Amino acid sequence: MSSRRIFARPARFAAIAPYLWMALFFLVPFAFVLKISLSQTAIAQPPYEPVFDLTAGWEALKAAFAALSLDNFRLLISDDIYVFAYLRSFTVAVTATALLLLIGYPVAYGMARLPKTWQAVAMVLVIVPFWTSFLIRIYAWINILQHDGLLNQILLALHLVSQPVVWLSTDSAMYIGIVYSYLPFMILPLYATLAKMEPALEEAAGDLGAPPWQVFWLVTFPLSLPGVGAGVLLCFIPIVGEFVIPDLLAGSNSLMIGQTLWLEFFTNKDWPVASAAAIVLLVVLLVPLLLYERLQKRQLEQGR
Amino acid sequence: MRKLSRLSRFNIVSLALGLAFLYLPILILVIYSFNASRLVTVWGGWSLRWYHEFFNDRAMIEAAWMSLRVAVSSATIATLLGTLAAVALSRGERFRGRTVFSGMLYAPLVMPEVITGLSLLLLFVALNAERGFWTVTIAHTTLTMCFVAVVVQSRLGSLDRSLEEAAMDLGCEPVHAFVAVTLPLIAPAIVAGWMLAFTLSLDDLVIASFTTGPGSATLPIRIYSEVRLGVKPEINAICTLVIALIAVVIVIASLASKLSSSQGESAAPL
Repeated sequence: MSSRRIFARPARFAAIAPYLWMALFFLVPFAFVLKISLSQTAIAQPPYEPVFDLTAGWEALKAAFAALSLDNFRLLISDDIYVFAYLRSFTVAVTATALLLLIGYPVAYGMARLPKTWQAVAMVLVIVPFWTSFLIRIYAWINILQHDGLLNQILLALHLVSQPVVWLSTDSAMYIGIVYSYLPFMILPLYATLAKMEPALEEAAGDLGAPPWQVFWLVTFPLSLPGVGAGVLLCFIPIVGEFVIPDLLAGSNSLMIGQTLWLEFFTNKDWPVASAAAIVLLVVLLVPLLLYERLQKRQLEQGR
Repeated sequence: MRKLSRLSRFNIVSLALGLAFLYLPILILVIYSFNASRLVTVWGGWSLRWYHEFFNDRAMIEAAWMSLRVAVSSATIATLLGTLAAVALSRGERFRGRTVFSGMLYAPLVMPEVITGLSLLLLFVALNAERGFWTVTIAHTTLTMCFVAVVVQSRLGSLDRSLEEAAMDLGCEPVHAFVAVTLPLIAPAIVAGWMLAFTLSLDDLVIASFTTGPGSATLPIRIYSEVRLGVKPEINAICTLVIALIAVVIVIASLASKLSSSQGESAAPL
């Protein structure tokens, strides 16, 4: 019994190296984002005025605090481009997550009902695309969706359309790309809860006369809600900040916040505004991030 | 009194459609990489032409080499740090700052990459670090050690603690017990963690774009800039090579995890 505690002390020392690493390369960088978001734009290298210069003493520090400005944040609110970019990001994320749930749920449900050995095979099959480069998977869709691509060839051959349909640079292409890339993230948590579910519960509901849709809606779905929550959060949060998929597959007429941030940073070289936009995005995502962490912790504790 | 059948036709169809949706695009890409025609969508017979083209493209080869170097070094550092973190979290019970620590480890898993990349670039600029191989390696280590920690921690969590305790009852020092008993048992998870970190690093575009400097582009950065200019059959060949490399990695990782689970079963009755 006491050996467990003896073991705990050296294990705590194991935390030192990763702790320092994460503090230096994860926490400290956010301090810099915050600092730069409060500073003025400058045409120089780096393209912002330094705010703190600790070598200059207390007076300089006081002057620096007086010089902090919220201009960049004011700009974000007043500039329609940013407001629209945030709104579009959330609309896209909500729509894509709903599509993912609709498509992922039946697949996960099918997996959970397979015999045990086949479940393992199906799980590997779902995980493998997650290991395969997402850029390559998006590129595969460009091959299929382009003007003379496979999809149009098939549609033409089947006489479903009379001339090629424009797929690339449309929202449909973007949704296809997002759903395709994030599907494993939705299926796996759903499958995990559905596979643990007691089949006797569904059978009992059926025996008591409930038709299949009622069994699903009154028994299966409510019991799978933890998996639904995990899948939705796991997809929603990164989709909001998504940059590559909309850039390659959607048109350039309305940008998501990830793209706007990228352009502001690399093309306009307005680092303070980009930093402010990143802070706002982070604050907005903080609620789902914290929700996700709590869910994760609860599942780890249940798993023990 | 009708019993629900375990596996309905609806289940089978949705599962088949889901898997077809996941695999067909990749399969089509691989097939077209052997296409002799310059037009990506016209089939001109089987050919290795685009593979030749790739091996003569110096910029692409350099980018691929850069990606491999970054992936190997960042995966190795990430595995060391991630394993330590997993040990601290699952065996360290309570220590000061544990909540912050686990928060820091989970946040990068879901944080949009744009934010992580941007914040790291600002740090490197503030430190006046020259951007290139090392800054990308550090950035990838930060991201992937979190994945390693999760993989190793789940293995440690399912491990029977009485094995460690027995070793210590027999007079082992805690660190010795860990090296002699625990480490061999979690080794497959550590291997799987390294493989995951390796492929994630090989895959990353956004964070690498923020943290790399001029003249040190990784493979995804090169592919991305080519793809934006339009579809080129050479890209099909490169992508197929990357898929083949990742397939090898997956086979090794799944063998490792199979080893891990069979050990877990044989360890349980002890």
